[in-house]
Amino acid sequence: MVTADTSPAAPAPKAPQTNKLGLTLADYKGSPSTLCDGCGHDAITSQLIKAFWELNIEPHQVAKLSGIGCSSKTPAYFLSRSHGFNSVHGRMPSVATGAFLANHKMIYVGVSGDGDTASIGLGQFCHMIRRNIPIVYVCEDNGVYGLTKGQFSATADQGSKLKDGTANHLNAIDLCGLAIELGCSFVGRSFAGDPRQLVALLKAAISHRGTAILDVISPCVTFNNHEGSSKSYKKVKETDTPLHELGYVPFFEQITVDYQEGEVRTVELHDGSHLQLKKLGQDYDPTDRSAAERAISQAHKDGHLLTGLLYINEESQNFGQVLDMVDTPLSRLKSDELRPPKEALDEIMAGLM
Amino acid sequence: MQAEDELAAVGMALGAGWAGARSMTSTSGPGISLMSEFAGFGYFTEIPTVIFDVQRVGPSTGLPTRTSQADLMSTYLLSHGDTKHPVLLPGSVGECFDFALEAFNLAERLQQPVFVLTDLDLGMNNWMSDPFNYPTTPMDRGKVLSKEELEKLGGFSRYKDVDGDGIPYRTIPGTEHPKAAYFTRGSGHNEDALYSERSTDYVNLMDRLNKKTETARKIMPKPVIDKVSGAKIGIIAFGSSDFAVLESRDQLKDAKMPASYLRLRSLPVSQEVVDFVNSHDRVYVVEQNRDAQLQKLIIMDYPELAPKLVPVTHYTGLPIDAQFITDSIVKKEQEKK
Repeated sequence: MVTADTSPAAPAPKAPQTNKLGLTLADYKGSPSTLCDGCGHDAITSQLIKAFWELNIEPHQVAKLSGIGCSSKTPAYFLSRSHGFNSVHGRMPSVATGAFLANHKMIYVGVSGDGDTASIGLGQFCHMIRRNIPIVYVCEDNGVYGLTKGQFSATADQGSKLKDGTANHLNAIDLCGLAIELGCSFVGRSFAGDPRQLVALLKAAISHRGTAILDVISPCVTFNNHEGSSKSYKKVKETDTPLHELGYVPFFEQITVDYQEGEVRTVELHDGSHLQLKKLGQDYDPTDRSAAERAISQAHKDGHLLTGLLYINEESQNFGQVLDMVDTPLSRLKSDELRPPKEALDEIMAGLM
Repeated sequence: MQAEDELAAVGMALGAGWAGARSMTSTSGPGISLMSEFAGFGYFTEIPTVIFDVQRVGPSTGLPTRTSQADLMSTYLLSHGDTKHPVLLPGSVGECFDFALEAFNLAERLQQPVFVLTDLDLGMNNWMSDPFNYPTTPMDRGKVLSKEELEKLGGFSRYKDVDGDGIPYRTIPGTEHPKAAYFTRGSGHNEDALYSERSTDYVNLMDRLNKKTETARKIMPKPVIDKVSGAKIGIIAFGSSDFAVLESRDQLKDAKMPASYLRLRSLPVSQEVVDFVNSHDRVYVVEQNRDAQLQKLIIMDYPELAPKLVPVTHYTGLPIDAQFITDSIVKKEQEKK
C-alpha cells in the first residue's frame, strides 16, 4: 500500500493586505472605542480609517481634532499615528484655524457632534466656513445630547420624540443648509448606516482643499433609536433619499467609463481626484448653490432626508490662499527666518524719533 | 489675523502653538475673562502661547477707558481647577518690547501659556523711551524632539518629567516618525498622554505642573532692587507704578523716611522678594487695585511675610501719582509710632 501524504500543505499565513505605503488597515486604527455597542459613531470611525488607508495618506501628515461629546471622543479611535487634539466644547474650529496657520501642509480632520457644532459651537462653525479653513469637518449628528442623558439638541427635528414621549417643538438647525448659506465650498450629508456613500464622501472631502462639511446622521442607540424619533436607524433608512450614487476615483487611478452618456456627472477635486455622481431619478447639479438650497428646503417639506454631495465649489479660495501664505509652514521656519534683521528694528525706531 | 472674538482668538493661538509656531493674542477687560477656559486647557495640556492683557478698570465693562492693575490675581490663577500661570510685568514701554521676546522664549521653554500684564496707562498713552534693544540672545524653542532624536530614543512619553524640572518633551505635528504622535486632551491623562482618571496619574500630573511653577520661579525675570543702606522701610511695586514710586522715594527721603525699592517683574514671586522683605521692618506694597492683590499673592506663597506687608492701594481709574504714595506711607508710618 502506497501511503502518500495527500493532505494539502498547510496554507502559509496570509500577510495582511497593505496599501501603497506598505501599511495595513490596522496601522490606521486607534484605541478600542468606549462608545455604546451599535453606536453610529463607530461606523463613521471605520469609514474614516478605510478612507485614509485607501488613499495612501501618511498618518503623520494628518491631525485629528475634536470638541467635547460622544463624537469628540472618536479621534482616539482612529489614526493612532496621527497627532490628536481633543479641545474644549464647541471650539475645535478655532484650534484647527490656528493649527492650519502654523502648518498648512497637514490634512486636518475634525470630528464634532450636533451639540458641539449646532449649540455651543455654532459661532465658530460659521466663522470656520466663512474663512474656508481646509478641514474635513464631520458632524456626527444624532439629534440628542448623548453624554448627558439624551436631551434634544438643536438639530432635532420638530415633532421628533424622546424616549419618554416628550416632543420637540423647536425648529431644527439644518447644518448643511446653514453651511451652504455661509458659502461653504463642500457640503455633504450621509448616514452612518450607508458605508459606501460615506466612504466616497469622506475621500472626496479629504481631496478638497477648503472647509468640507459632512453632516452624518448617526443614530444614538441609547437615547434616540426608538419609535417616534426622526433619527433612528429605522426612520433614517425609510426617509433616506440619495441624490445620486457616488463613486470616488483617486488621482492615481484612471477614470473608466462604464456609464451611459448623461447618466453620470463627474466633479474634479483639488488634488486631481474625481467624484462620479450617478444620476438617480432627478438630475441634481451640486455646483448650483440656489438649487441645493431649494432641494434641502423641499426635502424638509416632504419629510425626506437628502443624502449625497449637496454642494461643491472647487473655485473658491481657501484661507491660506487668501492670506497668500509662504509655502514653508510657519512651524518649520528657523530662528534666523523668524527674526527680522537689526535694520528692520532700526527703521521702526527712526520712524518714532 | 482678526478673530471673531476672544474665545476664538485664544483657541487659534493655542492651535498654532500646538502645531509648532510661535503664537500670541492680546486683550483687555472682559476679553481676559472670555479666555479663561482655554487658559486652563493650555496649562493642563502644556501648550505654549503668549497672551497680552492691557489692564483696564473692571469688573464687567467697568471704566473701559481708564487704567488699573486689577487683573493681577485673576490672570495669575485664570481658569477653574488648580491653575497657575507665569506672568510678566513690564514697567515701561521698552520693557514691554523686551518682555514680548522673553514671553515667547518662556512659553516654549515652560510649555504653557505665558501672560504679559501691562495696563492702559502704559498701553495707550504716549511715552518717552530709549530706542528698543535688538535681541542679542538666540530664541529658546524649548524641548522639542526631532525625527532623528525619536529614532535614537525609539519613542517618548509626552508627559514624563525626564529632566527633573517638571518640563516634558513634545513633538510637533507633521514629524515624520511613527512614534511622534500623541493625543492632546483636556481630560485627565497619564505620562503617555492616554486618558486616565486614576488618582495616582492625576496627582502625579498636578505635582509635576507645580514643579514647572517652581522652575518658572527660578527662570523668570528677576526683580529690580535698589536697597538703601539703613532704610527701615521698603516698597514693592510693579508695572506703570514705577515712575510714581521713583518720585515718591525722593519725597520720602526728604521726609527722612528713606525707602528701599523692589520692582517686581514677574510671577510667581521669587526668593529675592522674600529676602527683600526680611531685610526691612515694613514693606509697602503699592498697587493700582482695591484688594491689594499683589500683597495677597505674596502672602499666598510666603505666609510668614504677612505681618510685614502693608498695602498701599490706588483705584481711581487714573494713573497712580507720587504724592499719593508718599502721603499714604507717611501716614501709615506715623500710625506705627
